[in-house]
Amino acid sequence: MSDKIFRSLLLVSALILLLIFAGMFFSLSKGAVPAFREFGFFGFIFSDKWISGTGQSTEQYGALAFIAGTLMTSILALLICLPFSLPVAFFVGEYFRGKKVAGVLGGIVDLLAGIPSIVYGLWGFYALRPLIQSLGLSEQGFGVLTSSLVLAIMIIPYAASLSAEFIRMVPQELKEGAYSLGATRAEVIRNIIFPTSFSGIFSAYVLALGRAIGETMAVTMLIGNTSRIPRGLMDTGNTMASIIANQFGEADGLKLSSLIAIGLLLFLITAIVNFLGRLMIKRHSV
Amino acid sequence: MENLNKTPILSLKKLCVSYTPGKFAVNNVSADIYEGLITSVMGPSGCGKSTLIRAINRMHELYPDIRISGNIELKGRDLLHINPSEVRRMAGMVFQRPNPFPTMSIYDNVLAGYKLIGIKQSRHEKDELVESSLKSVGLWDEVKDGLSKRGSFLSGGQQQRLCIARALALKPDILLMDEPTSALDPIATNLIEELLVKLKKEVTIVIVTHNMTQAARISDYSMFMYLGELVEYDRTEIMFTNPSDKRTEEYLTGKFG
Repeated sequence: MSDKIFRSLLLVSALILLLIFAGMFFSLSKGAVPAFREFGFFGFIFSDKWISGTGQSTEQYGALAFIAGTLMTSILALLICLPFSLPVAFFVGEYFRGKKVAGVLGGIVDLLAGIPSIVYGLWGFYALRPLIQSLGLSEQGFGVLTSSLVLAIMIIPYAASLSAEFIRMVPQELKEGAYSLGATRAEVIRNIIFPTSFSGIFSAYVLALGRAIGETMAVTMLIGNTSRIPRGLMDTGNTMASIIANQFGEADGLKLSSLIAIGLLLFLITAIVNFLGRLMIKRHSV
Repeated sequence: MENLNKTPILSLKKLCVSYTPGKFAVNNVSADIYEGLITSVMGPSGCGKSTLIRAINRMHELYPDIRISGNIELKGRDLLHINPSEVRRMAGMVFQRPNPFPTMSIYDNVLAGYKLIGIKQSRHEKDELVESSLKSVGLWDEVKDGLSKRGSFLSGGQQQRLCIARALALKPDILLMDEPTSALDPIATNLIEELLVKLKKEVTIVIVTHNMTQAARISDYSMFMYLGELVEYDRTEIMFTNPSDKRTEEYLTGKFG
């Protein structure tokens, strides 16, 4: 009897979660309909025009500029994060595994993951932006590169600790097999541990990319808020997340619908990227 | 009783290994291992038999808290004072569970000892080495049409023979085997036992085994270890028919262990 009650309780909470998910998807889709109806689904996605329609000009909205901004910042962030997070992962997961120094470093890395993104944004705004300015890279210090640098720092802990997990999972017997053939530590890491954990590490970076794509606050503070495709790493722009954060407050009508449509696309993209990442992890562990 | 070769190839002198100070997993073991023979190491769990053979190729150095003292000489070379990589290439090792490298093909697994440390070989040398190594473990006919397949697709027994081939490809002086058949079914076990008897012409074998009948079937000399000590070391036939130590007799008759 109590087992039955317990089971139905579990079922109800699971169903509620599913309903919330479906409801979110439904209301986003519903809110996005006017924009898609006006510009067409693909027309909306592939247009880089974002004109608010003041005075004479008619309103025109498209997501391309923000999709481009999102891809540029997140992929650049991933590239910047790679040379830092991978060594950390090997340091913690293999080289100094089980030692105090790895515990301390791993702890600090995990701590970085817990810092609220507004703090990263603030740091980027007051410390990193002036640095970019003083290096003469850009006049205002805002832009794709500044955002990517902060994004990279934000995803390092995520990529590093997940990769370290996969590096740790490489069976001891494989490593011993390689050592027994006369391989050195570096050779074992390069030729056994890295190839064996590669697909897991790859999926860790896909999940990190998913985080970078959806990250909002820090990017909103640093990217410069211009509604066009960035013309370079020093140029300003907007990501899908930052355009919503920057403009939802004063938007209504077609503009609000367009922002919701971007939200829906962002929802889908992050869902797909996360799904792919998890799928790869599943296949890796089989 | 046939006369066996008594040329020592490996000699252990007062070998002690400890995981924690003052407690010896291997306690003052001295023995000569003879060339071209199979020597089995028996004893109950925790008697130090695995620790003993892992000290020989210095695998214990992978775990920082292990201390070792005494002397190990292989073909007159002091193994504790040369580069561990070189030691491990002179003394090959086969483990309890087959461990072919899952990211490498069968072909590359055989050559792993060369590939891992970046030794370049010509295509011809490689082909020849792969063929001869796989032939010597009786795996050539079974895998020659699928050398580019992953080693992990083979059956457990085939994987273990692949691991033996991988060790043999380095032409070691001695092959250390740590319960190599304990994860295999009886048929695969049988095949490997027959193989070892053939292989001893090429390479001296030291095999740790839990399986007394296995030791009796294939080994020429047997060691019995108990609580880290080498209790008895003699011709296998003598050990099994007329052991000189009471503990050996009790172990062999199943009174403990």
